[in-house]
Amino acid sequence: MSIDTKTAAKVAKLARIKVEDEALPALANEFNTILGFIEQLNEVDVEGVEPMTSVTPMRLKRRVDVVTDGGQQDKVLKNAPDAREGFFAVPKVVE
Amino acid sequence: MSELNKLTLADARDKLRAGDVTSVELTESCLKAIDKAGALNAFVHKTPEIALEQAKAADVRIKAGDAPAMCGLPVGIKDLFCTKGVPSQAASAILEGFKPEYESTITSKLFDAGSVMLGKLNMDEFAMGSSNETSVYGNAVNPWRREGSDADLTPGGSSGGSASAVAADLCLAATGTDTGGSIRQPAAFTGTVGIKPTYGRCSRWGVVAFASSLDQAGPMTKSVRDAAIMLEAMCGHDEKDSTSADLAVPNFEAMLTGDIKGKKIGIPKEYRMDGMPAEIEKLWENGQAMLKDAGAEIVDISLPHTKYALPAYYVIAPAEASSNLARYDGVRFGHRATLDAGDGITEMYEKSRAEGFGHEVQRRVMVGTYVLSAGFYDAYYNRARRVRALIKKDFDDVFAAGVDAILTPATPSAAFGLGEMTDADPVQMYLNDVFTVTVNLAGLPGISVPTGVDAQGLPLGLQLIGRPWEEGDLLNTAYALEGAAGFVAKPGQWW
Repeated sequence: MSIDTKTAAKVAKLARIKVEDEALPALANEFNTILGFIEQLNEVDVEGVEPMTSVTPMRLKRRVDVVTDGGQQDKVLKNAPDAREGFFAVPKVVE
Repeated sequence: MSELNKLTLADARDKLRAGDVTSVELTESCLKAIDKAGALNAFVHKTPEIALEQAKAADVRIKAGDAPAMCGLPVGIKDLFCTKGVPSQAASAILEGFKPEYESTITSKLFDAGSVMLGKLNMDEFAMGSSNETSVYGNAVNPWRREGSDADLTPGGSSGGSASAVAADLCLAATGTDTGGSIRQPAAFTGTVGIKPTYGRCSRWGVVAFASSLDQAGPMTKSVRDAAIMLEAMCGHDEKDSTSADLAVPNFEAMLTGDIKGKKIGIPKEYRMDGMPAEIEKLWENGQAMLKDAGAEIVDISLPHTKYALPAYYVIAPAEASSNLARYDGVRFGHRATLDAGDGITEMYEKSRAEGFGHEVQRRVMVGTYVLSAGFYDAYYNRARRVRALIKKDFDDVFAAGVDAILTPATPSAAFGLGEMTDADPVQMYLNDVFTVTVNLAGLPGISVPTGVDAQGLPLGLQLIGRPWEEGDLLNTAYALEGAAGFVAKPGQWW
């Protein structure tokens, strides 16, 4: 499996990271090195083995479905790059 | 009294309780050492006002006889931990200026126990790295140098600042986190002790997430006893972390008897790597002899899927990272790029993330995105999770056969020079974690103990891997190893 610049560009797009065109060949190359390393996993017989979901055999705790927190709008917005009138502000999304 | 910063946690605690020193004196001694150690670039956000305030409060508690073990002891906190009102950047430009409105569970526990925070410690960006060279703050530097050389060496990573600070006596101990070896490898590179507890022992709440199924916090200390003391203060169930184990936390320090008679110590043949340096081989053999002399039984074991641990890790960790780091979108916190006219929200995401994430983080996020993308999810991600199940089974089988702990080298080499790996491909750097990463994949406790030096005078460490939830027994074996190795070397002060 070899990654070309087109695939690298697609992955960058999916990851929402802007990569300049001239940086794509080097990026594709790095992906290929890492994926080449990962290919070793194909040697392992995983027939009938369940993919691990939890490393410790424990049931996740449940709690009563009630509000336990809230009413801290100012704290939530404190670190926002752009907050206005109690909201996060972003560039226009809907025309 | 001079050089209080050089005390261990245990000694400082005893002196505090005896009234020989005050927490303010201890704290001032550390703050002075930190100010002189700019060349190590270990502390990246200093908090002297908070430290002195906490120290004064601790002194009051100690006087009143209400002094938990960590009370009054000055420590450093890895930048990955969210600390209220104090910059918590995960060494990333994308979190520049971020000051959490909340306190991580672990720092809360330490502060409730009376610990003093000296400041935040350097690390690899988002804990992704093995040399502390991916940090937005620049490299942390190892206080150790090769004999006859003044070349700067890496303190390891990702908890490089923590390791450097503890080794250089800038603090009595520090917090670290470990996703693939980020506590144990830096500890080995700096002649310090670092333990990663069983997955679920320490709450992950308020610790900036890298790979949630692998991340665990732990202490980095000057001795095994100190690791026991500090680990106990950090552990415990937390409702805010659904993977936090609801188990009683034992008194780890009380379990340090040094008696390991009859313990079965496994030596995994798969850890004998091709091209392993002779001095690492020797270190390992010496460690086996020490444990045997202490009455343990040394047995050969096999962990057949060891070879596949790193490749599995480099699917699972980036996959989880790509998901975790999706939150850095320039909307709720952190860096937002300056936009051009006509840029919409997608350009805002893409530019903010390109500017805010460093190269290694971008690479891992994109690898993670790729292995999770349609068409590759089964071939990469699910396969890696299956292999992970097999790696864990290897350990389960060995423990079921009666092995109490497993002894391995902690790292494939001593600390290397900063910049030495710049031209290597990323996989070369990943190999640093070859002995430690299996432990994260299997969720087990692992500890790195300094047991010798190499030909150039640099510290080397051995790793002990324990049964799940049996940190107390593991610490006791490490205590016996530490006692037998008698490692007392310290770096000569050049900074």
